[in-house]
Amino acid sequence: MELLSGGDMLIRSLQDEGVEYVFGYPGGAVLHIYDSLFKQEKLQHILVRHEQAATHAADGYSRATGKTGVVLVTSGPGATNAITGIATAYMDSIPMVVISGQVPTDMIGLDAFQETDMVGVSRPVVKHSFLVNRAEDIPETIKKAFYIAASGRPGPVVVDIPKDVTNPNERFEYAYPKKVKIRSYSPAQRGHSGQINKAVDMLLAAKRPVIYIGGGVVQGDGTDLLIEFARKLGHPVTNTLMGLGGYPATDKQNIGMLGMHGTYEANMTMHHSDCILAVGARFDDRVTNNTEKFCPTAKIIHVDIDPASIAKTVLVDVPIVGPVTTVLKDMLAGLTESKVEQDKEALSGWWQQIDEWRTFHGLRYRTDDSELLKPQLVVEKVCEITKGDAYVTSDVGQHQMFAAQYYKFDKPRRWINSGGLGTMGFGLPAAMGVQLAFPDDVVVCVTGEGSIQMNIQELSTCMQYGLPIKIINLNNEALGMVKQWQDLDYSGRHSHSTTYADSLPDFVKLAESYGHVGIKVTNKDDLDDALEKAFSMKDKLVFMDIYVEKSEHVYPMSIKGGSLADMRLSKTERT
Amino acid sequence: MRRIISVLMENEPGALSRVVGLFSQRGYNIESLTVAPTEDHTLSRLTLTTTGGDQVIEQITKQLNKLIEVVKLVDLTEGAHVERELMLIKLKATGSQRAELKRTTDIFRGQVVDVTSTVYTVQLTGTSDKLDSFIEAIGPGLVMEVARTGVSGIARGEKVLSL
Repeated sequence: MELLSGGDMLIRSLQDEGVEYVFGYPGGAVLHIYDSLFKQEKLQHILVRHEQAATHAADGYSRATGKTGVVLVTSGPGATNAITGIATAYMDSIPMVVISGQVPTDMIGLDAFQETDMVGVSRPVVKHSFLVNRAEDIPETIKKAFYIAASGRPGPVVVDIPKDVTNPNERFEYAYPKKVKIRSYSPAQRGHSGQINKAVDMLLAAKRPVIYIGGGVVQGDGTDLLIEFARKLGHPVTNTLMGLGGYPATDKQNIGMLGMHGTYEANMTMHHSDCILAVGARFDDRVTNNTEKFCPTAKIIHVDIDPASIAKTVLVDVPIVGPVTTVLKDMLAGLTESKVEQDKEALSGWWQQIDEWRTFHGLRYRTDDSELLKPQLVVEKVCEITKGDAYVTSDVGQHQMFAAQYYKFDKPRRWINSGGLGTMGFGLPAAMGVQLAFPDDVVVCVTGEGSIQMNIQELSTCMQYGLPIKIINLNNEALGMVKQWQDLDYSGRHSHSTTYADSLPDFVKLAESYGHVGIKVTNKDDLDDALEKAFSMKDKLVFMDIYVEKSEHVYPMSIKGGSLADMRLSKTERT
Repeated sequence: MRRIISVLMENEPGALSRVVGLFSQRGYNIESLTVAPTEDHTLSRLTLTTTGGDQVIEQITKQLNKLIEVVKLVDLTEGAHVERELMLIKLKATGSQRAELKRTTDIFRGQVVDVTSTVYTVQLTGTSDKLDSFIEAIGPGLVMEVARTGVSGIARGEKVLSL
């Protein structure tokens, strides 16, 4: 057997795990590891400019590919800088392995230079974590970390490695385990057949059904089966922010996103439904509004890989714990076996009602009240020019909601955003991870002048690795979503949401200073040409600084404390 | 409602902090907590008492089960069970009170495990209620110090919590 140092074993383990990219930043505690990295070519290391960006890049890579993202950071500030990105991945159940350096074993607890208790600091935002005490344990720990991160309900796993454990002068026998067994961990493989049959009967008997899908369908690769199942039943499908693309947006059975900024038709359909099938969704507060008023007439079937997601905020009638794929397969089989007849007449009446709701609102927005560009229009144009087939990352705020509403995602893993944690600064580094995974595809980052500045330094990383991301900066010179809430709930007192307007950078010059192309758009009539120009530059990062109407709000918007049917539809209308 | 949850988990550093952290992170309360290795030294048994409605307790058990190091758990209060807590209590014992304190200790089937001319240290086991009653029976002013272990418990009959 081969003898390797701890550092070499770590790198070899990552290679044997099939890792392509490691996103990281060197420092004292990981110098041995970086030296091991230097001596090989198989594993590509992407040097970011801030550790937070490393985690978001690994996260974006994971969301787009389905593979586990890998991060390598040093101890202390390197580790703490990674926390926001780890929490982002945790909230959205993204598989990630974060390797952090630690001070040498004999210095732990002595407040040594760059010491942080990373296992402790990260504990509430990881699926699991390891502190590696012996070099011999590295291969098995890495195997376990990848297994835990990607199986069951995925999530981030931290592996904290003290510097002495990677000492190049101590060598050990290396063998990467083929399989790993953890006696205390066995995620569900199949749903309960009795529950599944019960659910199928309920769905067939339903008069006003709706299928509500979340990120679990995307993460669990359940899209194809879901399409088959939904089409067989002919039920309307709504998706959460995380579930966009989990069912094709342009399909006639899709009624759009639900929740706080969901479509009128999706929220009305949910509210009036008599049977909801929730798949890989978690009844988040941004979906349910007031849980006491949530869908009062509906029986609820909830399919999820995580039992703790079931009956957490909303009680359900039929819980089914299992992976979406096997549960949907079993449900499809159940459809053919069930003796319950579908009430076609009721269903067609239901669709008639849904179509009326659709016609009534259908994400309309005014185009005649401003000389400036409407952000909604910009997203629609971006969708048009990319034929709805780009990878779109976003940051957090109004632009994120506009992107979610107006970009029509027909495929899963195309919409990449921080849904649960709502992390500003996510978009650009996430786009880097996506572009590395798919160098020949179009990657768009829809952002705002607030969010983009939270990780703007990554423009330098994009230059180093030649990542031709198209940045769509919807510039309204304000923290738009904060301002919108202040307009609605604080009598328009714009506390610190608009004060930076006069001190914003010239984004064109900024992009140019990093060696990229910058295009400024202020005039409605210039948009088409500017987009044409930007998207024709296939090998360049283009930063499009697009000035949009400042007073625009995102609608529909749930009314606080109400049911799903309580919405503001525009600045002047409500349900 | 008060619940006793027993958790079998890997006897590894950090496992306990995950359990305790989970409770503070999600706003569940812990009234008492006791933990020690089992006859199988790779496993620890942790017993905690908490209060909450059915929905909260269901979430607590689900969230505990999600922790990778948790092997198995049981809500002992769901079935017949034996629960015990041990208390060491130091009492001011002077003059005529000495005899009275000894009598009360005997009534509660406690033992005096340490004696000085002014102090009795009493050991008492039983349910938490019994220990509370003893403190109450002693009355105010005489209790110098209380050390309680927290509740440990086990199901009655054949039912076991093991691998």
